[in-house]
Amino acid sequence: MSTHHVVSWKVYVAVFLALAALTVITVQVAGHDFGPLNLVVALGVAITKATLVVLYFMHARYSPRLTGIVIASSLAFFAILLFLLLTDYLSRPWPLVAAG
Amino acid sequence: MAELGAQAHGTHHPGSAGARNPLQHHFTSLEQQREASSLGMWVFIAQEVLFFGGLFAAYTVYRSTYPEAFAAGSHHLSWKVGFFNTLVLIASSLTMAMGVYSAAIGKKQRVVAFILATILLGSVFLGVKYFEYGEKIRPCFGDGPHTGCLVPGARFDASALHLEGPAAGHAQIFFSLYFAMTGLHALHMIIGVPILLLIAYWAWRGRYSPEYHTPVELVGLYWHFVDIVWIFLFPLLYLIGSH
Amino acid sequence: MTSEPRSLPAEHYLKAGWDLKSWLLTTDHKRIGLLYLVSITLMFAIGSLYAGIVRWNLLVPDGSQMSAEAYNKAFTGHGVVMVFFFLIPSIPATLGNFLIPLMIGAKDLAFPRINLLSWYIYVIGAALTMWALVSGGLETGWTFYTPYSTVFAESNVEVAAIGIFVAGFSSILTGLNFIVTIHKMRAPGLTWFRLPLFVWAHYATSIIQVLGTPVVAITILLVALERIFHFGFFDPNRGGDPILFQHLFWFYSHPAVYIMILPSMGVISEIVTCFSRKRIFGYSFIAMSSLAIAAIGFLVWAHHMYVTGMAVYSAMVFSALTYLVAVPSAIKTFNWTATLFRGSVQWDTPMIYVFCFIGLFLIGGLTGLFLGNLGVDVHLTDTYFVVAHFHYIMVGGAIMGYLGALHFWWPKITGRKYVESWGKVSSLLVFVGFNLTFFPQFVLGYLGMPRRYHAYPEEFQILNVLSTAGATILGFGYMFPFSYLTHSIFRGEPAGDNPWGAKGLEWTTQSPPLTHNFDVIPVVTEEPYDYASPPKEAVRG
Repeated sequence: MSTHHVVSWKVYVAVFLALAALTVITVQVAGHDFGPLNLVVALGVAITKATLVVLYFMHARYSPRLTGIVIASSLAFFAILLFLLLTDYLSRPWPLVAAG
Repeated sequence: MAELGAQAHGTHHPGSAGARNPLQHHFTSLEQQREASSLGMWVFIAQEVLFFGGLFAAYTVYRSTYPEAFAAGSHHLSWKVGFFNTLVLIASSLTMAMGVYSAAIGKKQRVVAFILATILLGSVFLGVKYFEYGEKIRPCFGDGPHTGCLVPGARFDASALHLEGPAAGHAQIFFSLYFAMTGLHALHMIIGVPILLLIAYWAWRGRYSPEYHTPVELVGLYWHFVDIVWIFLFPLLYLIGSH
Repeated sequence: MTSEPRSLPAEHYLKAGWDLKSWLLTTDHKRIGLLYLVSITLMFAIGSLYAGIVRWNLLVPDGSQMSAEAYNKAFTGHGVVMVFFFLIPSIPATLGNFLIPLMIGAKDLAFPRINLLSWYIYVIGAALTMWALVSGGLETGWTFYTPYSTVFAESNVEVAAIGIFVAGFSSILTGLNFIVTIHKMRAPGLTWFRLPLFVWAHYATSIIQVLGTPVVAITILLVALERIFHFGFFDPNRGGDPILFQHLFWFYSHPAVYIMILPSMGVISEIVTCFSRKRIFGYSFIAMSSLAIAAIGFLVWAHHMYVTGMAVYSAMVFSALTYLVAVPSAIKTFNWTATLFRGSVQWDTPMIYVFCFIGLFLIGGLTGLFLGNLGVDVHLTDTYFVVAHFHYIMVGGAIMGYLGALHFWWPKITGRKYVESWGKVSSLLVFVGFNLTFFPQFVLGYLGMPRRYHAYPEEFQILNVLSTAGATILGFGYMFPFSYLTHSIFRGEPAGDNPWGAKGLEWTTQSPPLTHNFDVIPVVTEEPYDYASPPKEAVRG
């Protein structure tokens, strides 16, 4: 975070209002059936909210590049955990291909 | 070395971010110290992402394996309570951000006020959780049928979830994750509140200034992270399959 | 080299306070490094005792030396203590703590108090775990596989799990400290590509510690919760998946082996260049390969799980990635060898350990490739082949590097020289003892002897006896450095600032260094390992 850059309080209030609105939307979209996209939509809203908190409340937008690298790395390795884990669980029902 | 306002005596307290001279002896400048502290907190948060991440990964696997039991368990949770708590926590993030802002512009009284507001909102959240947990845990005690006990284990009562057979066992997995994830989250808040109190106290004692308010920034980062975890917990635990 | 000094410098960090408080409340990274050195040496001794019990039992094939349960507790104790309380902290917590600020021209790590806290957390974790081990023991294996550990085991699983959970935070905080220090506290002129390779290795290690440890922490916490509160995360009777435990456990525990080996590799880079009197070959490749090992190391964990019933297609993915992770390690080995070529090799003890490392790590690494192969692993998994493989890496690799490092930096840490001939004799004993212990185990595994078995078929006895004989020699071999290094603290010849004529900022300070390391923060203008030019004189304020 840069001590030289003080973000205006209005930004915080605006972000709060956006987050509150998005929380209402979170509940609304849960009531709709988007079929296979249900989880995607729910996570999409959550990710949007989280991004606002990270960028503005946590000042990542005004922080050195290294901060972004630290955030990205943590998410990348979490993604690796999830992705490779799912290669096991999602491919378990696949039929085995016989050799030869 | 920069003198800070009226603190003319720059007494060296090695290793202490003291009221007199916050520059620790092994750093060459306050700027270096602040950057290092900030990076340190972000690296700590990165570690927390993976700490909670393990639970989110387990959640992903089990939800994809037992969609029905997860939906039933989620349905049983009160989304209104979750919604209320989400707004409370987001508001506490606002007050926390305002606290950091106030420190950056040197308004000591407001720093204390905003931090106390953050603590208050956090306590409301925890109070609500106490009641939420209570209604699931209380039925598990004493003798009798334990109707409504939702603590996984021998006394778990799946009848309230209208699940039969193996799905009833799978619902225990949902509630194991519910208690583990929200419990770990609540634990982080319980740890955060006394730290916030300490920071509020030091702010009241005049320790912070626009040039030096790093501890306020750091505790703010921690608090926002805890908020972000809840932002994901709410839809994933309370809003599955409400269609 | 400077002329032989008669005495130690007047002021140094060891003299800054003699009482217990000055040690137990220190924030000096050098003293904290020594606190760790004492603790992990104690844990190594305990882990070795467990190893002795295991090898003693395996002298006879019928398992008559002790009960199966006692044997299970012995190999579990050996694994838990050696992995979590010796290998993971070893080089980073002792030498990393001591050297990193000196190597980058800083007065301390970024967070000295957190450094001290890390040590206390380690001690508490170790105490809890030791209490679990001695008051009833632990027989689940260091891997805590469920549902045995969560449902059926009758031992102190919860307490041991909590002890390991606590110790994990020591590792995380050390890694955090190193990352911030290396980013923010380098001396002027010390760009990333002028950093010693020891620092690069610790930077990569720290990334693994910070990102990997939390996952095993939460996993082991879940095991404890399941034991205490009967949550059914991993209980198949309630829909839990034991394989999920293994995924989450190995997500950390595979990168953990890179936590154990990377610092040692950093040590090898430092020693090989100094004792070849030649700039290291392929500096940037070695630096980048450390990062590559850290990153790719996170992608291969399920190679520990091929036969568990995980999906075959997933296993294929992990197998392919496992072959990939060998590449950066091979790059390092080639570069060290190229450094030796046309160098002027000095055969001091640190260099002997370098040669031990390169040869034994090579064998360990190559046998890892056999195990990474899906088809071959079906036959070799859970046999002594695996045991031999990882001991070649951990003992033949990591511990050889650790011993080399202790000998190389001993003069800097203590201000005194050890007796070189003892160093050579010990290294020979260690090398012979090590190979006699573990080479037979490759053969045993190939022949089909399972690991973690209390008794075995009679035809395997001779190889087991050889292995136990080797372990005895190895044990004596380790006792030698302990005694002559300790002796040198009191009676060793003063070493001077730079007895090896080595490059690196730590060698420009006095031996032992001042508490605050540098009176004047150095400005770096040289490229690293510039052995063509003469070593710098010590910078005095």
